[in-house]
Amino acid sequence: MAKIIVVTSGKGGVGKTTTSAAIGTGLALRGYKTVIVDFDVGLRNLDLIMGCERRVVYDFVNVINGDSNLNQTLIKDKRSDNLFILPASQTRDKDALTPEGVERVLNELKETFDYIVCDSPAGIEKGAHLAMYFADEAVVVTNPEVSSVRDSDRMLGLLASKSKHAEAGEKIKEHLLLTRYNPERVENGEMLSVSDVEDILSIPLLGVIPESQAVLKASNQGVPVIMDDKSDAGQAYADAVERLLGKDMPHRFLELQKKGLLQRLFGGR
Amino acid sequence: MTADTTLDLLDNDPVFHLKGGMLTMTVVELVRLSHDHFARQLAEKVEQAPNFFVDTPVVIALDKLTDPINAAGLTKLLATCREHSLQPVALRGGEDFRALAQSAGMVLIPVGRQREKIIEAPAPQPTPEPVTSAPPAAAMPSGGRLITEPVRSGQQVYARGGDLIVMAPVSAGAELLADGHIHVYGPLRGRALAGVQGNTEARIFCQNLEAELVSIAGQYKVAEDLRKEQHWKQAVHISLAGDSLKISAL
Repeated sequence: MAKIIVVTSGKGGVGKTTTSAAIGTGLALRGYKTVIVDFDVGLRNLDLIMGCERRVVYDFVNVINGDSNLNQTLIKDKRSDNLFILPASQTRDKDALTPEGVERVLNELKETFDYIVCDSPAGIEKGAHLAMYFADEAVVVTNPEVSSVRDSDRMLGLLASKSKHAEAGEKIKEHLLLTRYNPERVENGEMLSVSDVEDILSIPLLGVIPESQAVLKASNQGVPVIMDDKSDAGQAYADAVERLLGKDMPHRFLELQKKGLLQRLFGGR
Repeated sequence: MTADTTLDLLDNDPVFHLKGGMLTMTVVELVRLSHDHFARQLAEKVEQAPNFFVDTPVVIALDKLTDPINAAGLTKLLATCREHSLQPVALRGGEDFRALAQSAGMVLIPVGRQREKIIEAPAPQPTPEPVTSAPPAAAMPSGGRLITEPVRSGQQVYARGGDLIVMAPVSAGAELLADGHIHVYGPLRGRALAGVQGNTEARIFCQNLEAELVSIAGQYKVAEDLRKEQHWKQAVHISLAGDSLKISAL
C-alpha cells in the first residue's frame, strides 16, 4: 500500500526541499519505489536540489490539466532506478492546482510507487494545504528557533483539522525533524534545544540534522545530501529514514563534540 | 467576459445569517419620577465617566417605578437621556406599558429573569476558597467539552454553555474559551478566557501557567504581568476577586 508523506513546515527556508530530496532518495536507496512531488508551483526548486533541472519537459500542472501523462512527465533519477521526480511548474502559480486534479494524480502515482513524498511550499495557503491534504504521514521540518517552532505548531494544528484523514476522524502520523541544529549555540543559550522544541510541539522526534557545510555544498551540486555519507548531515538523514521505516536508532549529533586535531583535519566521524 | 451586471436570482450565496447573541445592556431603572432630579443625577453620572456613556444603548426600566408616567413624561425623559448621548432602545415593564412603548416607538421588554448587577459598585464577591477541581468526567454540565489532543497555535476551542477541559498542551497562539471554568492538564501557553458570557464565578485551573493571556468575565492579565507573579510556570487556579484576577497556587 503506497504511503503519502508530506514534508511541511509553515515557515520558509527551514529545509523542506533539502529534506524531501534526502528522505525520497534514502527511501529509494533502500529499495522502495519512490516519487518526490514538488508542490511549490511558481517557485520550483526540487529539480535543482535533485540535479535534474536540465531534463524538465513537462510538469505537475501539465499532468493536472491533461496536457501530458505521468510517463512523459516523471523524471527518472540518474542515481537510483527506484527514484522519480515530479517537478512543479515554474510559470504558473498555486491556483493552477485543484483538489480534484491533485487527488487524481496522487491516486495514479499510488498504483506504481511505494512512497510518494510531497514537498510542500511555505505558508498555509492553497499550495501547502493541497500538499498535506492527502497525506498519510507528515514530516514537520523545524529550525531550533521560536518563529519556526510556532509556525510548525500552526501547521500541526492544520494537519489535525484540515486534512483528508482528519476529516474522516483519523490521525495523520506526525514526525518532528529538527534541522540546522548547532549544539554549540544551544550550549551558549543562543538556540532552542531539542527538548525545548519537543516540549512545545509534543510529537515524536524523527531526527536532528546538524547545521552543516555539506548541505549547502550538496544543494549547489544538485546531489541530495543523504548521498554524502561522510558528512554528519548525510548520516543524520540516513538515520531519520531508518526511523521513518520503523527502525529504532539512537539520536546522534546532539552533543557538542570536542574535536581533536586529526578530526579537525579529516572531518566527519 | 464583461462583468455580470444582472442579478442572478438563482445565486444561493446567503445574503445574511441569523444568529443568536447575548448583549450586555445598561438598564436605567427608574425608582420615582422627578425630571429635575433625574436630569441632575444623570448629568453627574455622565460626568464621572463620559466615554462610557457615548452612544450607549440603554433600556429604561419602569417596573420599579412607583409614580405614574404618561407619554409626555416619557418623551421628556428620553430627551434628557439623548442629551447625554445615551440611546434608549427599549422599555422594560409589564404589559400595561405596551401602549406607552408603542407611542414612543420603543420595544417593550417583559420583566424577566435577567441577571443584573449594579454598575460601578460591584456586589461583594464571596471570598474565593481553594477549590479542588472535580474529576473531569464527573458532573460535567451539558455543553462542557473535553479535549485530549494538543491545541495548536491558531486553533480556537469554545465550550459554549459549560466547562472546558484540556488534557494536552495548549500552544502559544491557541485560544481557549468557555462560558464556565477552564481546566488545563498540561502546559498552558496560549490564551484562556473563562466566563466569556460574563460569569464572574468562572475560574481557570492549570498545571503550568505560561499563558499569553488569562481572562475571567472580561477581566484579563497578559503574560507580561503574569510573569511577575510568583506562580509563573506553576500549578495555579485563577479566580475573580472584585474586579481583578486572583492567582493562587493549587
